[in-house]
Amino acid sequence: MTRFTLTDAEAYYGATRVLGPLSLSVGEGEHIALIGKSGAGKSTLLSLMYDRWREQPVALMPQALGLVDTLSVFHNVYMGRLDRHRWWRNLVTLAKPWRRDINEITALLEDVGIAEKRWTPCGELSGGQRQRVAAARVLYQQGELLLADEPVSALDGPQASAVMAKLTQGYPRTVLAMHDLELALAFCTRVVGLQGGAVVLDAPSKTLTSAALQDLY
Amino acid sequence: MPLRATTRVTLGLVLLALVCLALGDFEISAHDPWQSLGQLFLGLIQPDFTRVDSLGEALLRTVAFAFVGVGVGALAGMALALCFHRWWVRTFCAFIRAIHELFWALIFLQSFGLHPITGVLAIAIPYAGIFVKVYAEILDETDPLPGQVLPRGAGRLSALVYARVSQAWPHLVSYTAYRLECGLRSSAVLGFVGMPTIGYHLMAAFAQGHYPTVGALLLLFYLLIGTLRWWVRPKILPLYLVVAPFLLGTGLPIMWSNVTRFFTEDIVPAPLRRGEGFEALWEWFTRLFLDQALPGIWNTLLLTQIALVATGALALALFPLISRHFTGRAGGVAGHVMLVVMRSTPEYMLAFILLQLWGPSMLPAAVALALHNGGIIAHLVGRRSNEITLRQDAPHGVNRYAFEMVPRLYGPFLALLFYRWEIILRETAILGILGIATLGFYVDSAIQEIRFDRAMVLILITALINIGVDVLARRLRGYLRLRHGIDRQQC
Repeated sequence: MTRFTLTDAEAYYGATRVLGPLSLSVGEGEHIALIGKSGAGKSTLLSLMYDRWREQPVALMPQALGLVDTLSVFHNVYMGRLDRHRWWRNLVTLAKPWRRDINEITALLEDVGIAEKRWTPCGELSGGQRQRVAAARVLYQQGELLLADEPVSALDGPQASAVMAKLTQGYPRTVLAMHDLELALAFCTRVVGLQGGAVVLDAPSKTLTSAALQDLY
Repeated sequence: MPLRATTRVTLGLVLLALVCLALGDFEISAHDPWQSLGQLFLGLIQPDFTRVDSLGEALLRTVAFAFVGVGVGALAGMALALCFHRWWVRTFCAFIRAIHELFWALIFLQSFGLHPITGVLAIAIPYAGIFVKVYAEILDETDPLPGQVLPRGAGRLSALVYARVSQAWPHLVSYTAYRLECGLRSSAVLGFVGMPTIGYHLMAAFAQGHYPTVGALLLLFYLLIGTLRWWVRPKILPLYLVVAPFLLGTGLPIMWSNVTRFFTEDIVPAPLRRGEGFEALWEWFTRLFLDQALPGIWNTLLLTQIALVATGALALALFPLISRHFTGRAGGVAGHVMLVVMRSTPEYMLAFILLQLWGPSMLPAAVALALHNGGIIAHLVGRRSNEITLRQDAPHGVNRYAFEMVPRLYGPFLALLFYRWEIILRETAILGILGIATLGFYVDSAIQEIRFDRAMVLILITALINIGVDVLARRLRGYLRLRHGIDRQQC
């Protein structure tokens, strides 16, 4: 329980404090939705967490996704597990992937609905497709905690729900910056509201309605 | 009206060039320069493809040396680019690329002799120095985010290849392909010092006055470079690289005793070799510096400044040839062909030809430098001008040139010119081998007199001046706040 804990954490931009001091801990089975206006400090908090907990198996899905446009969808997903293989195996995979990896990654890509694009370079995909590739990458990576910044912002209704379900099932703990309150309440167990870099709301989703959360905006 | 910084710098450079022009030697000493020029053009119109004994072999060797040299340089460059953050790697690379291919060739000719390894190393070493810098820059420009989201504990090599090299790959490939074109030119020019490439046959044809053969060789060379994009394909490139080492010819065997003697005795300064102490060494050095290096430096800088301004003027005059704001489709194609020919001909080859026609003075060298470099900058500025969209009622002709185009293009133009400054200086020094009294002349003379110790010191001085001008040009660009994307046109 103490492994993913922030105590009086702060973040500065130059000399200005943009976040905190705030304390927060992420327990097993908890799926936290970070909500708040843009500029409230959601992305800053996520990168702070990624920085603080770097020694533990944490996966990050930033808003800009961090895909390599010149590599295929398959290879971008494969990058989630570069640390599990020897260097030479990774190099060979660039030229000729192992059948086992292809099968596993194709199955993941089917879950997010873009298996047919697996050999397309990411640079040729639309915004929504790219977001699903990045989701597949963190799903493939696995770990104790997932930090994701607006993971489904470019997806429409049913697709967004499907990806949210996969992400929250794939990790024992998640912290997701969200702007869609309905989705946040449907898939997350806990809601943390930020305003001006401070926590102004921290409550279980069950006790909240999206109408009540509107006050944060 | 106060003068702007760019105007002040331009006026300063032009003024300096005019002073240099008054101080330099610019006479045409040949008896009938126009007649020989006419003969050359006649040779180009009526080329004789039969008189060259082994025309195919000349082409083959030119290509083989270019491929092996650039290939080895690229491999070494890639390996070193990964430690470019270390200061000693940066310094080392700046140093090896400050020495021209032909100087490297002269050095290795004295040790390895006319063995293929001389030609390969002469290209590979300076090219590696440039590859390191550019590869490191290209890798630096990639988006760091994919690397940041990689799982912790991914190996350094895997992370590098997946997150950086993969992103940079198209740029790395296109830059390497561009350098291959440069390599072909370098390879051709190595013929002038005895390697079995086109330059060698060109020199022989000139010596015998066979202008139709000269024409044939030049046309074949343009054809080789002009069709590069059709016969060099990423898919068949590995095949070329595997085959090329076997097509270098055999040359003469290496005399290993020569190699050892060259590096352990010949290049050691004479007073040290004879054990005369440091006082004698100092006197030896001062005399070398005052009698040879100083006049060499003076002439090199003189010629460089003139060539720089001439290059700029020519580029500004010629870029409309390929600009869609000035020419139609047919005119544009003709302009392109003209600029391709200008920039495909190595300065050294041009200077050699003009020197044969006009006799020895700084004029052939200045014209050769201006034609080649002016062609390159005109091409880049013209391409840049095509990205500009003019309003529909924009003026035409001279008004369009002076009010719409040049003010918009002058910044990038100056940036490109400053990037070429160092290159022009490098070439100016080397043109001395043809008999113009720049640094290369003194290097070549020292080698002819078998005084390799002097040649080495003079080459080192040349390299230091190159580095100095590079630093100066970078300062000037910073002062004028010039930034330009296309900064990698190195040859």
